[in-house]
Amino acid sequence: MTTVPDSHGRFGPYGGRYVPETLMPALLELEREYATAKKDRRFQAELAYYLKQYVGRPTSLYKAERLGKKLGGAKIYLKREDLCHTGAHKINNAIGQVLLAMRMKKPRIIAETGAGQHGVATATAAAMFGLQCEIYMGTEDIQRQALNVFRMRLLGAKVTGVDAGSRTLKDAISEAMRDWTTNVRTTHYILGSVLGAHPYPMMIRDFQAIIGREARKQIMAAEGKLPDYLVACVGGGSNSIGLFHAFLKDKKVKMVGVEAGGTGIESGKHAARFSGGKPGVLQGTMTYLLQDEDGQINLTHSVSAGLDYAAVGPEHALYHDMKRVQYTYATDDEALAAFDLLATEEGIVPALESAHAIAHVVKLAPTLKKSNIIIANLSGRGDKDVQQVARMRGVTL
Amino acid sequence: MTGRIESTFQRLEQTGEKALIAYLMAGDPTLADTEPLVLEIEKAGADIIELGVPFSDPIADGPVIQLAAERALRSGTTLRKILPLVKSLRIKTQVPIVLMVYYNSIHAMGLETFCEAAAGAGVDGLIVPDMPPDEAGPLKGPAAKAGLRLVFLLAPTSTADRRTYVAKESQGFLYYVSLTGITGAQIQNMAEVGQNVAKIKKVTKTPVAVGFGVSTPEDAARVSKMADGVIVGSAIVKQIAAHQQVPDMPEKVGQFVGSLKAAMK
Repeated sequence: MTTVPDSHGRFGPYGGRYVPETLMPALLELEREYATAKKDRRFQAELAYYLKQYVGRPTSLYKAERLGKKLGGAKIYLKREDLCHTGAHKINNAIGQVLLAMRMKKPRIIAETGAGQHGVATATAAAMFGLQCEIYMGTEDIQRQALNVFRMRLLGAKVTGVDAGSRTLKDAISEAMRDWTTNVRTTHYILGSVLGAHPYPMMIRDFQAIIGREARKQIMAAEGKLPDYLVACVGGGSNSIGLFHAFLKDKKVKMVGVEAGGTGIESGKHAARFSGGKPGVLQGTMTYLLQDEDGQINLTHSVSAGLDYAAVGPEHALYHDMKRVQYTYATDDEALAAFDLLATEEGIVPALESAHAIAHVVKLAPTLKKSNIIIANLSGRGDKDVQQVARMRGVTL
Repeated sequence: MTGRIESTFQRLEQTGEKALIAYLMAGDPTLADTEPLVLEIEKAGADIIELGVPFSDPIADGPVIQLAAERALRSGTTLRKILPLVKSLRIKTQVPIVLMVYYNSIHAMGLETFCEAAAGAGVDGLIVPDMPPDEAGPLKGPAAKAGLRLVFLLAPTSTADRRTYVAKESQGFLYYVSLTGITGAQIQNMAEVGQNVAKIKKVTKTPVAVGFGVSTPEDAARVSKMADGVIVGSAIVKQIAAHQQVPDMPEKVGQFVGSLKAAMK
């Protein structure tokens, strides 16, 4: 496999830079700055320092014995990104991009957020480095994730509700892009997933690839061999690409990306781009989209705000077409069952996003042999979802 | 080949006038309103019509045009229905019509199918706000074959390299975005607009029109002294929104457009 993306930010036919001219110079600057930083040992050392001392990396690769026994079949390992500072993998990218913003002397940070995890991570990194921070969030998500909204405000960020369209992640990204277009001279936009225009999908993948690099070493140390399967949930696709990337050349390692099946594909209420979408351009990039025949973007649904998005990262679109990664989905109900299962069997309350990956493990593990190994990415912890799940079950807290 | 856009700029140059380019969203509030509006706006003095195609996620647009797109989508407007409207307009007027259309709408129809259908209906050019010339490769061939002009944008943030590159690529005219921001915001620095237009005119003979943030006859008057054309969008869309309940809405909008044109003389 050749290295993607190419110099135009293309992952095969996907990716690119579909943005208004106002943003083109900023994207070109970011691309140059990132290329320099990537080769700069001081930048890399600084990033490594914060990832270790502030984020708490490396995160552990935990063998889920009781879950494995309960399901039967393969051995199950969980990559514990939920143990990162702020409770999810999002901080890996937020720290990297805040360091870049400081190199570019941009005093103001903006970001979009769906579940609130990226917003919290960005607000955290901005606070730690003393940068001004504004987070855009759909008003529907603000409702679902009240806890994270309050956390962001505690961290000194301004949280701005977006009341357009579906009032979720997609609309928050559009509003953040409009802010960036207006304030591009002083502001860096920290996109939270492997989406948007080049160089974002590449850069964010690079910042998240540490997940897979660590997991590869850890599984070799624990088992002396590579895993048979990697499983991760796919919203934009940053935790999954982060886990997969270090294994892409290992042809025997199978990879599964789990999208949000919502209330089922037939219902139309889902966010499974590879099951119901086709290629198109949204928010800067060419990729698989949930859209109607006129190219209008469809409303999506998922119990998990972080997976509730109409597009998927362009690198995933390529791996889908190449069949390097298998993409499937888990429904809301399956994810909620996995949420309970991991809590009672392992004492870990997963994020509803990550629960989609666990839901697939529930289906996959029993079909495999005892000698097989699955690594699932536990991309975030579920504290933020406790209130929502309680509400869904009619429990008043 | 000289098309309707080129002849319009040539005609205006001979009389020492500047082009008024009027934007409205097709299908706002309904598709039936668009034809009388276009005809009235032309009668009031618009030299080129920029017809917006509603898109669910318009990243380059401010709230005024976002709301117009929502109204148009709610009333069932699609690109497939807008092209027959242009065809019907062509029986009544030869005013140049440029579509402002986000890339995904074109992509969904198919680049070639779209270009043939648009040119066949009488569309003269395309402004694709989320397609810089860097990404225009696949559209260039079909557009050229159909005779559609691809109008590109330059912004205050554009570097000298990009000015030269984008100016070379833009056909019909060049769209200078007067401010660092989205449609409907306010121009902060009129002097900077003049300086940047002058820089662009040094590298191209293509006419330069200035848009985003031109909202009053006074703005139009000042910008018309700096550039070959003045583009007014959100301010016209606001007039349409304000008068959508009254029976003489096209005339009311026409009066506003007339005041813009009068200020430019």
